[in-house]
Amino acid sequence: MAQAFFGGVHPNDMKAATNEKAIEKLEAPAEVVIPMSMHIGAPCKPIVAVGDKVKIGQRIGEPGGFVSAPIHASVSGTVKAVEPRPYSMGGTMMSVVIENDFQDTVSEDVKPAADPENLTGEQLVEIVKNAGIVGQGGATFPTHVKISSALGKVDYVIINAAECEPYITGDHRTCLERPDQVIKGATVLAKCFGLDKVYIGIEANKQNAADVLNEKIRELNAPVVVEVLHTRYPQGAEKQLVQAVSGRQVPSGKLPADAGCCIFNLNTTCAIYRAVYEGMPVVSKIVTVSGSGVIEPKNIECPIGTPISKLFDACGGLKEDTYKLIMGGPMMGLAQYSVDVSVGKGTGAMLAFAGDEEKYEENPQCIRCGKCVGVCPIRLEPVFMYKYLMKGDVDTWQNVLHGMDCIECGACTYTCPARLPLTHAFRLGKQQVNNARMAAKAKAEAEKAAAEKKEA
Amino acid sequence: MTDYKNLKLIASSSPHIRSVENTRSIMLDVIIAMLPALFWAIYNFGFKALLSVVVSVVACLFWEWLYRKLLKKPQSIGDLSAVVTGVLLAFVCPPELPWWALVIGAFFSIVVVKQLYGGIGCNFLNPALAGRAILLASYATAMTTWTLPSSKKELADVISTATPLQIMKEGTVEKFTELTTNYSVADMFIGRVGGSLGEVSALALLLGGAWLLIRKVISWHTPVAFIGTVAILTLISAPAGIDNVQYMLYNVFGGGLMLGAIFMATDYATSPVTKPGQLIFGIGCGLITCFIRRFGSYPEGVCYSILIMNCTTWLLDKYIRPTIYGAVKKEKKEAAK
Repeated sequence: MAQAFFGGVHPNDMKAATNEKAIEKLEAPAEVVIPMSMHIGAPCKPIVAVGDKVKIGQRIGEPGGFVSAPIHASVSGTVKAVEPRPYSMGGTMMSVVIENDFQDTVSEDVKPAADPENLTGEQLVEIVKNAGIVGQGGATFPTHVKISSALGKVDYVIINAAECEPYITGDHRTCLERPDQVIKGATVLAKCFGLDKVYIGIEANKQNAADVLNEKIRELNAPVVVEVLHTRYPQGAEKQLVQAVSGRQVPSGKLPADAGCCIFNLNTTCAIYRAVYEGMPVVSKIVTVSGSGVIEPKNIECPIGTPISKLFDACGGLKEDTYKLIMGGPMMGLAQYSVDVSVGKGTGAMLAFAGDEEKYEENPQCIRCGKCVGVCPIRLEPVFMYKYLMKGDVDTWQNVLHGMDCIECGACTYTCPARLPLTHAFRLGKQQVNNARMAAKAKAEAEKAAAEKKEA
Repeated sequence: MTDYKNLKLIASSSPHIRSVENTRSIMLDVIIAMLPALFWAIYNFGFKALLSVVVSVVACLFWEWLYRKLLKKPQSIGDLSAVVTGVLLAFVCPPELPWWALVIGAFFSIVVVKQLYGGIGCNFLNPALAGRAILLASYATAMTTWTLPSSKKELADVISTATPLQIMKEGTVEKFTELTTNYSVADMFIGRVGGSLGEVSALALLLGGAWLLIRKVISWHTPVAFIGTVAILTLISAPAGIDNVQYMLYNVFGGGLMLGAIFMATDYATSPVTKPGQLIFGIGCGLITCFIRRFGSYPEGVCYSILIMNCTTWLLDKYIRPTIYGAVKKEKKEAAK
């Protein structure tokens, strides 16, 4: 087994509910609501108007900057509305609502690359950019930016199939059911980066998937190596995967490319395969619908923009005492306040929790057990970070305790016997630091402008 | 289909799942781990041992409840930490100690040492040991009057009121021979000796320690460093004429070393949070214990060694920090500037 990363926790993986269930295609929804931001970076500008006819794969959102990714229609039909709708990141977001005509007409723009076996790096960047591919594990960083900044700098390309979050089984099922997409996508990456092998990191609880992938690699004689890793959260976090597979550490405040590594989510790799071999942009997503509130948990493939209520409907609905809906895994996912939000490019799971599972402590008191220090994959000291933040000492938190290095994986909060809101406190701490940085920048710019004015 | 509009949803920050372990379950594990020693104490010293423990526990719970009631703070006796303190306080006192002394000790442990500093997790001294220290200073005679264990009644006219450590303190070959004839190594290990209520049986305490390790309540670092240091030091420093292995074994199994190393030095609030810090903490405890046993005026040094090391915990935490993932070396950073 490969080298390990620091710390980590072992939550019950809860994957048995769905890991033997084949991916089901969702019965096409009558309408989809496609938000104009499903990535980190500038939101897209809608380029369709109410009444327009659109086809699957047709571009409907133009990128709003370099760090951005175009958005495509996921069903064919008529644009019913272009308006702000509830958004999975909170608040509302400009969205394009498409009424499905159930014809599944595919856009003429969807055509495979001329010579998929012999792409150059630059060609790949262009294809990925036009297909609107983002980091589909949940971080949703535009993949073309990642590739172009890493080309020629890295000697490790790692496909992230760790899927370390409990409940989620989409990647596991993809490996079992579509291994050719995974291996061919990985091969494309190997060629474009000019490497003689790429790695697939997968946790030991998915040994059958690793076997299927290895079988495929032999069959295709592909330049791919499967690394079976310890089952431990957060194995799939970028920095931890770099450490587990390559033995390197990403320097503090830097990107994996600075350690010579580039990581692609398994789902992203399949999206690259589809973009290259089929010409199809990101229009669908495999979502694990699970949790104690779901009547019949499933793995579902659905068009981007499917309202999450339709996912739950397809799984027999929710239990009455459902108290939490989570987009993503239980460790890092976002709790939703409404069922009107829709599936985005980074949505790997929709969980519903029912009953009395919320473990909340009214007056949490740190007992200094130090368990948080033991589980932190970055080797921070959450116990002291929390205390300094509660005292309002952001300076010590940032400079002595390296608070900004926190990856918000939630391992400390998960393990804390006193049930302190550690991760949440650190998010607030980061925000304070970022706000201070922005204020300082604005002030410096204002001073500079004032000085220039004086000179003029 | 489900009526989605009527769901009452919580939208809180991740993570959304938490380990089942909480403060109460940890304290419960500690209490379970102390049961073997408690059973041995009852067998060894009679029913009064149980009575002592009950008085001490009730007193600790009462003081904690009263303090928080008077200061209008949320009640905290449900976390069971006061129960742990109560049992430990009774464990470190002689079985014959009058009940009112335990009540006074409990007041000092709970109110002065724990609550005045902010309650659980905020005290810098181990409450039970601080309670013992104050009782020793206040009622020196009662705190050093030892009863013979029922398992050694045949010695009644030989030595009535001396613990093995007190005998060893003399340091002479004759005294040590007297000790080894009256108490075999097995007696020391199983606990057929006099001493504080809960400290006598190394076996029972090791069983409890094993439970704590299995349940991951404590890590091995502090106890191993503590006991290991005492073992090595006594092995190389046996007085002339005394077999050094035997000397080491009597030192390791005698007195409060096992109780201190497994249950006291591992106290979360008063020991370092990092593993290297805990190793140094344990070694420090071991050194001071040996120095007090050999050169100090008391026969036993575990209590003070832990209290002294408690005072260094902040220092160990401040200067022994883990190197973070991807740490950028200082020289490089400065060179870049």
